[in-house]
Amino acid sequence: MPSLYQLLFLILLFPASAICLAQAVDANNQSISIAIGAEPPDLNSMTSTDQSSIFILDHVMQGLLRFGKDGQLLGGVAERWTLNNEEAVFWLRKDALWSDGRAVTAHDFVYAWRTVVDPKTASQYAFILYPIKNAEAINQRGMLAEELGIVADSDFVLRVKLERPCAYFLSLMAFVTYYPMREDFHQTHSNQYAADAGKLLFNGPFILDKWVHGAELALVKNQFYWDREHVRLNRIEVPFITTDTSTTFNLFKDNKIAMAGLDVATISNALEHRLPIKKFNDGAVFYLEFNHRANRLTRNKNLRKAIQSVFNANELVNKVIGVPGNKPGESLFPQWLQGKSHSFRQEYPAQKVHFNIAKGKEYLALAKKELQLKKFPSLTLLSGDSPGASVQAEYFQQVLSRYLGLELKLDKQIFKQRLAKMTSGDFDLVAAGWGPDYNDPMTFADLFASWNENNRGRYSSEEYDQWVKVAQGSSDVDVRMSAFGKLQHILIENAVLIPQYERGYVYVQNAHLTGVVRRIFGGDPSYYYAYVE
Amino acid sequence: MTESLSVSETLSPELFEPMTIEMSVDKFEQPSITYWQATWQKLLRNPKAVSSLCIITCLVFITLVGPFIWTVDPAIQDLEQISQPPSWGRSALVVDDFGIWQGVPITEMEQGEEDGPLVLKVIGKGNTEYVRLTWRPIKGISEYHIYRNEFVPLDIATLGIPLAEIILIDGEAVGYEDRLKLSERDYYYSVVAIEQVMNREDSDTDMPIAVYSTIRVSVIQGVTKADALFLNLESEEVNGAQTVKLPLHPFGTDGLGRDILSRLMHGARTSLLIGILAPLIYIAMGVVYGGVSGYRGGRTDEVMMRFADFVIALPFLLFMILLKVAFGIGPGESGILPMIIALIMLGWPSVARIVRGQTFVIKEEAYIQAARLMGAKPFYLVYRHVLPNVLPLIIVSLTFAIPATIFTEAFLSFIGFGVVPPNPSWGSMCNDGLQHMLSTPHELIFPASVICIAVLCFNLLGDGLREAMDVKS
Amino acid sequence: MFKYLLKRLASGAITVWFIATATFWAMHSVPGDPLLNDKAVDPEIRKNLEESYGLDKPLWHQYGLFLGNMLQGDFGYSYTQRNRKVNDIIRDHFPVSALLGVIALLIAVSGGVVFGAITAVYKDRMPDHIIMVIVILTVSIPNFVFAALSQLGVLNLNEWLGNTFLPVAGWGSWQHIVLPAWVLGLGTLAYLTRLMRSSLLEEEGRGYTLTAHAKGLSRFRILYKHQLKNAILPVITVIGPTIAAITTGGFVVELVFSIPGLGRYYVQAVQQLDYTVIMGTTVFYGAFLVIMVVLVDIVYGFIDPRIRVGQ
Repeated sequence: MPSLYQLLFLILLFPASAICLAQAVDANNQSISIAIGAEPPDLNSMTSTDQSSIFILDHVMQGLLRFGKDGQLLGGVAERWTLNNEEAVFWLRKDALWSDGRAVTAHDFVYAWRTVVDPKTASQYAFILYPIKNAEAINQRGMLAEELGIVADSDFVLRVKLERPCAYFLSLMAFVTYYPMREDFHQTHSNQYAADAGKLLFNGPFILDKWVHGAELALVKNQFYWDREHVRLNRIEVPFITTDTSTTFNLFKDNKIAMAGLDVATISNALEHRLPIKKFNDGAVFYLEFNHRANRLTRNKNLRKAIQSVFNANELVNKVIGVPGNKPGESLFPQWLQGKSHSFRQEYPAQKVHFNIAKGKEYLALAKKELQLKKFPSLTLLSGDSPGASVQAEYFQQVLSRYLGLELKLDKQIFKQRLAKMTSGDFDLVAAGWGPDYNDPMTFADLFASWNENNRGRYSSEEYDQWVKVAQGSSDVDVRMSAFGKLQHILIENAVLIPQYERGYVYVQNAHLTGVVRRIFGGDPSYYYAYVE
Repeated sequence: MTESLSVSETLSPELFEPMTIEMSVDKFEQPSITYWQATWQKLLRNPKAVSSLCIITCLVFITLVGPFIWTVDPAIQDLEQISQPPSWGRSALVVDDFGIWQGVPITEMEQGEEDGPLVLKVIGKGNTEYVRLTWRPIKGISEYHIYRNEFVPLDIATLGIPLAEIILIDGEAVGYEDRLKLSERDYYYSVVAIEQVMNREDSDTDMPIAVYSTIRVSVIQGVTKADALFLNLESEEVNGAQTVKLPLHPFGTDGLGRDILSRLMHGARTSLLIGILAPLIYIAMGVVYGGVSGYRGGRTDEVMMRFADFVIALPFLLFMILLKVAFGIGPGESGILPMIIALIMLGWPSVARIVRGQTFVIKEEAYIQAARLMGAKPFYLVYRHVLPNVLPLIIVSLTFAIPATIFTEAFLSFIGFGVVPPNPSWGSMCNDGLQHMLSTPHELIFPASVICIAVLCFNLLGDGLREAMDVKS
Repeated sequence: MFKYLLKRLASGAITVWFIATATFWAMHSVPGDPLLNDKAVDPEIRKNLEESYGLDKPLWHQYGLFLGNMLQGDFGYSYTQRNRKVNDIIRDHFPVSALLGVIALLIAVSGGVVFGAITAVYKDRMPDHIIMVIVILTVSIPNFVFAALSQLGVLNLNEWLGNTFLPVAGWGSWQHIVLPAWVLGLGTLAYLTRLMRSSLLEEEGRGYTLTAHAKGLSRFRILYKHQLKNAILPVITVIGPTIAAITTGGFVVELVFSIPGLGRYYVQAVQQLDYTVIMGTTVFYGAFLVIMVVLVDIVYGFIDPRIRVGQ
């Protein structure tokens, strides 16, 4: 039997040493194992945009500032700082080192930020540096990168000139695109920078020790990190890369990983096994966006209000989605946003839209009259390809036909085709979502400004733009919050969009693992303070 | 028996007349039938094949007639009965319509012992629309976390699903209304009173010291007034409460409360059409292509087979997206015919390869050579000799292509190709069912079973056909 | 033989070129492009991006550049994994898919031949019926279910044994291959079982079988010594394309079991319209398929000299 020999031969070829059967948590070595959904596609902090890259980068690198346990801003590479309407100054700590032992200097920030805004780098997140003087001009209008408003006064003092007052500038300092980069190291590897674990330089609490593409990563405590005594984990193994929730749940039950997300199907099994369940909101808001372009029926306000009146976000969240942790959407501005002294939504509650079929029909009749239609033609909903997205789209289809007699056609498209249609405006409604980039209501508010490319429905209102500019141009909390309040009112009053839900998750976490911080900004989850009991 | 007949009585002159030639010997001869007729007759003598044929006929019949008997609309979402296992004649309590329940004002609560344990109370009857909880707040504590479990909690770590965090403001009402995917069963609700921990920065524990208490709630089926009215359900008084009979779902419902029986019957149309038609055509194509290629051999074979390799190596998903765009299938338009065409365009080469290989072997057989020498035309040779010899393999390929195509159809629905939602197909029902495989397996079991039955029948039928065609047996 | 091989490889190269060309134009005709992302970018930034990737050039120009690079064996950098070369992606992940695929195929072929033989020998008796039902179940239930069920099975086994008998998912040791290879090979195993049964039964009425029966040889000896060689031909025919299919089509299994195979990158690349990765992997698989098909044709000749190629 030749096949048997072949089999034996292949088995011998396979690295027998690599048998990886590490347990979920190990208290003696302070090491844990976890799974991630996708391999980090781009660990170059200057260009990366996705969740899993940001998760790794957050653990292996550090910007001027960082987020603490409760999401408050703490010193990172900078130990003190000042901010006014014109400029920000950062004093860097002298014990912040790169993983090869050399100090992190102000020049590393200058180099990184200039590279990000350089059009040749083609960084998709370059816009997040636009509060810095001349950043936009360099990135879009060919000004030289040296003109960027950033100066290293000395090795350890960094002066940043602002384009305009920016109230949330400090919270940007913890964002990946603002991380430092050492010129010599980056130049040596040029295009191949961040292609492998060996082609990366670190200044964060951990270093990337091992990276087998598509298979596993391992983070090890960084011995050069300035705050190393607060980092208690020695090793974070990531031996599994999969999005399949039933696999991660099985791995959790097999004591192979320390955390696992749950879905509708696995929740009751987790309850049956008496696993401790936690929940978490990741800050993203999902909504149905109308197309406001000239030739679209959905440009009609009464039609939009009719749809708004018969949509019940509570039913969607509780019956159709059915996963705990999601909150019914009431506004584009989610509940967690900070206002002046309380949450923004406590200070400026979203006006309630009551579920009312009769009212919806009234609006629809008005719309029919205004549009001079005998019968409404069908509308098109552009939606994603995930099972969850399909179910929600089919639910919404039923809502419209049941309560308004409107026919809704579903246009299910996979990722890039959907984006192409969103960009060209080939839809009446689109199921969209937005995850915040920085900790300020502006990250949501300017979405519907007429100049924003992410305003896929091309909503355009002078009043709205005006209030966005007010909030952008001021650093006064009262002025800004009341402007956001106005914006929220305009969005709901004109039914510009229909909020669906604020996304949430439930997950199980190993009982011995504590101190894990779930958060909206920066890498999530954060193992900075985590340890094994 | 003894016979004593005299010779004179038995012999007669007629006996010595010459016989006329009669054609009655022909009784041994069967009417001349072709090979295919013989096959059909043999097939009808195979009980397994006949019963399979009957079941397939039944399936087709149910597909065509079923929806007129079981007239439930497969698209109607019965949100009161989401993911309901098979059941018969359920009744439900009519409850208030959706509204914001504020809880019970603190002032209206009965005064109890100060700082006593948390006492939970259910307001009204817990039903699948809502469970309303209230409790008397502990003095000085304003933060309460609500948990729900389907099993008895053992300690504070096993309270179950965290539902909400409630922060009480002085003088307001206390309460929590749970509406999250409730089904008819017992739940254990727990409320945890969280003491304010001053120094959170320094504390390492996630959960501060807390008091909790648990209550068991037996949830009964409920339906809102509006929905009862909308679904045209007749209500009756039972023990002073309005109840209604809920719509019947003999096979249960799916994740959006749609009737699985009805969806199976409607889905059969798409799935059987695509699952049978597409493989039949592309296998026929493959047979012709492979037959020609193998029979001609040489340069023709070389070119034809390289083209087949070319088609096999094309990235399937990419070309399906391309074909979808090329056919101009807009949103909400049925892509079934284009999908069949697309499947045919990309599906034929594997069969072509098998047929070509067999043709190579068969054409060298002595009887083919003999037939050829006798002047048989290539078409006749392929039809009469090659085809019957490769048919068994074709049948195997066909019976496997059916489920594969049914699942491919479902897979392609994720690029918006194929059936238009909310129209069902067996494959897409399976895919939907996969999401709930562990919690409500009936959503997967029913569609998977009908696919199994259909495939089993086609296999048995194919087996019968193979035997019937085997001239050697 | 050598001349034949050369000829086949030359025609194979032309086939690959056709595949590459068709895929290139198909990829560019599909709406969307690799630069689109969840968060829209300003037209100016988009222009920068297009320039830096050379997407601003006319398609013919891009096609020419691609062909030139392809001849040098260079497919460029991936769009989604911005710092990785497509060649590195293939080099790192193809061996994984291949190993998994080969093991799955071994399971499928050996299982298929054995079960096919059993069902042929015990035709219309209990073993035949049981295997038939299992085969039907295998093909009528989505692969995903078997993946999940076998994971649960292993999980319970591990719990019962108190230690890790087999890993539930992951990659890195031979134990990790068992479960995914089994799930991946299952469908092919079922197919080959039926194919083998059918083709063995065809041999049943042939002269040499009757002679062997007359000689008094045992049923299994006839099967092993005589029939198998003739009946295995269709099985070999399907193996060529199946190797290609099993190594590309394993993406569900790779995803569920967290295996760093190329199939996963391939499907992701199509969804993400990662132009360079699509081209690199398609060309690679095309070449792989062509070679497999040549190999199968040569193997044909060994098994059945009547169709020896190159003559």
